[in-house]
Amino acid sequence: MNKNKEKLLNSRYRAEKRFQFYGKSAIFLALLFLTIFIFKIFSTGYTAFQKTWLVIPVTFDAETLYLDENPSIEDIEDADYFDIALKSMFDLDKNASEKQQNDLKKMVSYFFEREIKKELLNDPSLIGKTKDVYLTASDDLDQVFKGNYPRDLPENQRRVTDFQLKIFDQLVEQGRVESKFNLSFFTYPDSREAELAGIASSFMGSIFSILVCLVIAFPVAVLAAIYLEEFAPKNKFTDFIEVNINNLAAVPSIVFGLLGLGILLAVFQLPRSTPLVGGITLSLMTLPTIIIACRASLKAVPPSIREAALAMGASRMQTTMHHTVPLSMPGTLSGTIIGLAQALGETAPLILIGMVAFVNTIPGSPLDPAASLPVQIYIWAESAERGFVEKVSACIMVLLGFLILMNLFAQIIRHKFEKKWS
Amino acid sequence: MNLVIFIFIVLLGFTSYYFGRKKAYSIQATNTRLTALPQFYGYYLAIWCAIPAFIIYSLWAIFEPSIVKLIILSDYSNQGYLNDELNLIYEKTKSLSRGQFTGEITPYLETSAEKYLNLRSIAQNSKVVLILTIIIASIAYGYKRISSNKRTREPVEKFLNAVLFTASLAAVLTTVGIVFSLIFQTIDFFKVIPLFDFIFGTHWYPAKAFVRDASETLDPSMYSDTFGAVPIFAGTFFIAFIAMCVAIPIGLMSGIYLAEYASTRVRQYAKPLIEILAGIPTVVYGFFAALTVGPFLKDIGTAMGLEVSAESALAAGGVMGIMIIPFISSLSDDVITSVPQGLRDGSYAMGATKSETIKKVIFPAALPGIVGSILLGVSRAIGETMIVVMASGLAANLTLNPLESTSTITAQIVVILIGDQAFGDPKTQAAFALGMTLFLVTLCLNIFALRVVKKYREKYE
Repeated sequence: MNKNKEKLLNSRYRAEKRFQFYGKSAIFLALLFLTIFIFKIFSTGYTAFQKTWLVIPVTFDAETLYLDENPSIEDIEDADYFDIALKSMFDLDKNASEKQQNDLKKMVSYFFEREIKKELLNDPSLIGKTKDVYLTASDDLDQVFKGNYPRDLPENQRRVTDFQLKIFDQLVEQGRVESKFNLSFFTYPDSREAELAGIASSFMGSIFSILVCLVIAFPVAVLAAIYLEEFAPKNKFTDFIEVNINNLAAVPSIVFGLLGLGILLAVFQLPRSTPLVGGITLSLMTLPTIIIACRASLKAVPPSIREAALAMGASRMQTTMHHTVPLSMPGTLSGTIIGLAQALGETAPLILIGMVAFVNTIPGSPLDPAASLPVQIYIWAESAERGFVEKVSACIMVLLGFLILMNLFAQIIRHKFEKKWS
Repeated sequence: MNLVIFIFIVLLGFTSYYFGRKKAYSIQATNTRLTALPQFYGYYLAIWCAIPAFIIYSLWAIFEPSIVKLIILSDYSNQGYLNDELNLIYEKTKSLSRGQFTGEITPYLETSAEKYLNLRSIAQNSKVVLILTIIIASIAYGYKRISSNKRTREPVEKFLNAVLFTASLAAVLTTVGIVFSLIFQTIDFFKVIPLFDFIFGTHWYPAKAFVRDASETLDPSMYSDTFGAVPIFAGTFFIAFIAMCVAIPIGLMSGIYLAEYASTRVRQYAKPLIEILAGIPTVVYGFFAALTVGPFLKDIGTAMGLEVSAESALAAGGVMGIMIIPFISSLSDDVITSVPQGLRDGSYAMGATKSETIKKVIFPAALPGIVGSILLGVSRAIGETMIVVMASGLAANLTLNPLESTSTITAQIVVILIGDQAFGDPKTQAAFALGMTLFLVTLCLNIFALRVVKKYREKYE
């Protein structure tokens, strides 16, 4: 009898241990996913912050450039650099066949004329002299240099030819291949060529969308929250508004995209693909988040504050506007920033309103067509070229960096400025 | 020009605030008792100055284009043009007047363009005159009220209250906007495709409806058997099911552990770390699923002799599950912590172990709340877009094999609407009909879940 009891007790204790173990492993699994995730993104993305340059000697021959003696800056500006750029690439192997010459040309980006031109504009006295110029390597060579591209594949399965590899290895031996910080990733707009693609256009698109979103959502949401929390009579209609707000917070984001498409673009005829429409769509999405945050922080202001103000003869509106609302601002602001961070990561609604269009200019206002960072991730992830894989990861790193910054900022506001009532 | 008027009104509003306040001070200087604080006189005058002008301004902006269009097109009214042709003529007129027209310029068009420019300048001038008159009249009225020391605080506060109320309608308006944007296209869609075919048809192949000449007339028989949404509904619920298979055990167990077992230190670090998973944008999950998880599962499958699609439902669903873990864990954590301590103490007093207490007492007590949180998770899984678009298939495939690819409602909406859309095309309308379905399903889930959670909270508060 006693033995049975002990057995039962032991099995109960074992069950207890097992249950705890399940709990621990659940948390472990969740954290493991997070770690794998972050590790994967960083390990594929960090190489994108380096860019491979080929240092090619370029002879600035006045004749090939069709320049007179003592050319003015305008002449240098207007000159045709294609021939000398081509010539300096062909000179890497003087006996190259026509096909091999084409391969040589493809070793650098199609920006090579512009890079040579810039060099000469910086220093016009170079005419007639030879100088080493940094030229952007093609994305395939860039990947080869970073070791992301398998070299042992048969030639017909690679995008880099054996000839290109041979020349490239020679250049490496001569120390003419250099890896530097990839500034163009941050300053160039999107491009079809992976080596020239940057996030400047989508970054500006994101900034404009978020600004439009902030300008629309913040005032409306704060005013609405003030009304619902401080002035609204308790009746069926305010209940209806509340149910509406809570539901909107859980409506799938793509439905807001359909709203943008069906109302903003089709009915109001706003310009497609612009951060203006994107921002309005996102503001409708963030509205409930900010309203809920603002109401919570209005609720947290103790009634004694209101009672004191009312006792001094302030009207209800004065009490609210002069005392309650300022005291609730830290909570509201941090809620707003968190809402904006959500909006910053949103993709689906922006795709539906056409912000997925290929934009190779940097937008200067919310009315110019643009993409946004998450949409840029989607566009690059869908394209087949190998060079874009690291760009996607790098873009994700930039986006995550911004989200972390925004959330930190929200935390700081909350902890630094929020008054603790107790 | 519009911007100038706008700024002008705003500046005038600010100036009239100062005028109003100054007037109040001057009344005060005559030893008369003011009926409100001086700044209310300022607000009062500023509101009178700006608001009527803004109302006229926006009404004008809304109605001017359509009235101008009406006048221009009245010249063509009895020449038997179709509606679309008239619209085209109007567009041509507009671009000609801007000097951007490249097509053939007919004399008719030229007169229209001239008339258009003329009308626009008349409209512009009369707008300026009208707004100025309104401003002067309303300021004069407001100023008179102030001078006679009438009450100003009450009207100002009433006005503010009205503004606050209008702002609170924004949420309702958004909902109305969603319904409106979906409903017309959906109704048009069901005029062509019978509702029955949509709900019970088993072939979803919208591309077929698109392959046709623009000149061809719409033949409804062409669309039969192209818009059967069963494979998509099945795919949506299947992927959501896989996601919940990942999210419920992990989310629930970590929620229980955090609420019942974890020390404050572990809780302090683990909870925010898990919540990071909820803050990662979904497009990032999509990239992760498409680039890492999909090929990984494919490799494992090939090693085991199974045929696994690189865009398997398992990859999309699994990654979606990871995304939903934090929702379920933090919601169930909240729910479990709000179970009264008395229930626990009672169970411990009877000699139950901690896990027995959780399983037999706390879990049943918290069940409604947990069910609510799971339903919210399901609604999120159904509405999730980017993971499915990037990691799952785009062809609707009626299957229950997690290793094959399927498609979902959200993925189909994106596939159909990406790029240029032609409104009025059954394919575009189909996307809106799918959107309507998605909205209704998630709405029901949300309302039900929120109600359950709310009831539960009220029970223990």
